[in-house]
Amino acid sequence: MNMTRRFSINWKENAFAYALLLPSLVFLVMFTFYPTFKSIYLSFFSSTFGAQSFVGFEQYARVLSDDVFFKVIKNNLILVIGTVPTSLLLAIYMAIWVNNKMKGNGFLRASFFYPTLIPMICIANIWLFIYTPDYGLLDKFLSLFGIDGANWLGEPGWVMYSMIVMLIWKEAGFFMIFYLAGLQNLPGDVYEAAKIEGAKPFHVFRKITFPLIMPTTLFCMIVATTNAFKLVDHLYIMTKGGPDNASNLLLFFLYETAFSFWDMGAASVLTVVLLVILLAISIFNYAYLDKRIHY
Amino acid sequence: MYRVINRTLIVLLGILFIMPLVWTVLTSFTPSIEVITRMNPFSVKNPTFGNYLAAWETIPFLQYYLNTIIIVLGILAVQMITVTLAAYAFARLTFIGSSFIFIVFLVQIMIPPDILIFPNYAIMKELNLIDSKLAIMLPYWASSFGVFLLRQTFKQIPVDLDDATKVDGCKWWQTLFYVYLPSAKPTYVAFGLISVSTHWSNFMWPLIVTNSVESRPLTVGIAIFAQSFETGAQWGTVTAATVLVILPLLAAFFFFQRQFVDSFMHSGLK
Repeated sequence: MNMTRRFSINWKENAFAYALLLPSLVFLVMFTFYPTFKSIYLSFFSSTFGAQSFVGFEQYARVLSDDVFFKVIKNNLILVIGTVPTSLLLAIYMAIWVNNKMKGNGFLRASFFYPTLIPMICIANIWLFIYTPDYGLLDKFLSLFGIDGANWLGEPGWVMYSMIVMLIWKEAGFFMIFYLAGLQNLPGDVYEAAKIEGAKPFHVFRKITFPLIMPTTLFCMIVATTNAFKLVDHLYIMTKGGPDNASNLLLFFLYETAFSFWDMGAASVLTVVLLVILLAISIFNYAYLDKRIHY
Repeated sequence: MYRVINRTLIVLLGILFIMPLVWTVLTSFTPSIEVITRMNPFSVKNPTFGNYLAAWETIPFLQYYLNTIIIVLGILAVQMITVTLAAYAFARLTFIGSSFIFIVFLVQIMIPPDILIFPNYAIMKELNLIDSKLAIMLPYWASSFGVFLLRQTFKQIPVDLDDATKVDGCKWWQTLFYVYLPSAKPTYVAFGLISVSTHWSNFMWPLIVTNSVESRPLTVGIAIFAQSFETGAQWGTVTAATVLVILPLLAAFFFFQRQFVDSFMHSGLK
């Protein structure tokens, strides 16, 4: 960070700096580093029925070959594929069309953004009623067209789609504000030139806007992917991961394993798996994307 | 022509997005018996406050509000101190191992406390803090995000000001208080709004470390309440309770819309 190397070390300044950092470091060590190492350590011990015994990688083999674990990882991947591209595209579309002083745009921006602020638990309460068979808002709407709605949260084939739609609604407005900021910084003269050339709007978007807001897209992509692993509160209200784990996600499965089944060993393994996934996403971000953003 | 089509689409999208909120608010004023039987889910024939009264009587809202407010402010107050001190060190001081310490802070952004629920529960148990508000707050008292955010702002404050105050005989904490704090006010507002709205919404961690009315925040309280009903007859009460939880957030958003959007934009900075 600081490139000016001094040949004499200023011990007073060093001590002062560390004194200022100490309060933060204490909490970081206690609640980020210690628990991380604790999880790694515990993941090698089987501790069901109270007694701990060293089992090494055996426990990883047991947990990772579990059918439910496989299902949960698959669901998380479906969630990433289902939510990330759609919510980003929707966010760009919304940003482009509310990015002017037209009447009603303030209202539109607010209506796209407000879901960001609502706690997942409250969203779950609301959407549980939207998805309720026959009486729910969605089925009432579909019945106008004579369509019989499915059991949106009760059928394994539908439940992930239902969750994906809800999460897109929750997140698109959040990404929209980053695109709004990105659009403000675009060079106006390029658009002037495109206009004089008579370029088609979609062409302008594909050749100018989209490449120029790439840094924003990459940033949002990382946040959206990480969120797909972190947002699980709604499962507690809506499905508890069911039916038959069809909507279960890694973090919620970890919660169940630790606090419903009290399998400490398996919970530690799952924590380590989640740690590795999130670290991989960040390292990919800092080491690879960050270098490519500044072209 | 394409303008008209896109304008129509975006307005329809806006209506679609606001629909769940409108429906929730309307349902919260609908008498329980009518919720299921009504044909048009947006019509309220006999508006009533009954659902709110029922929700207020069944859920100890006053206690939950108080708990949430204590937790949210308790987290913010300590964060303000830890974040300011660390940001000052990063922005203005030269020290051995600064890049290493920087990475140490970065790790909390990669591995947020939200996913360490299991080992942190074990730690709270060792500390004998289970079922306390302190247990909910502790893991969030260090905020790397806040440190990085504030560091950026502090760096833009001219170093000359530092030296000038030193000449005037100011102690370091006086410089911090009279020069840095006022200059970084927008950043503090941004960080405050993000911190408060995040922890107002937090659910999983408080759910795990609390098990009594005295320490539970709103989100956990309302989730436990909603769990006990699945039939449509309770829709009115549950929607009313939901509105009561999100109302402070939406009200704050309504009054400080500009600051909110600006603040959340800050969450993109590294």
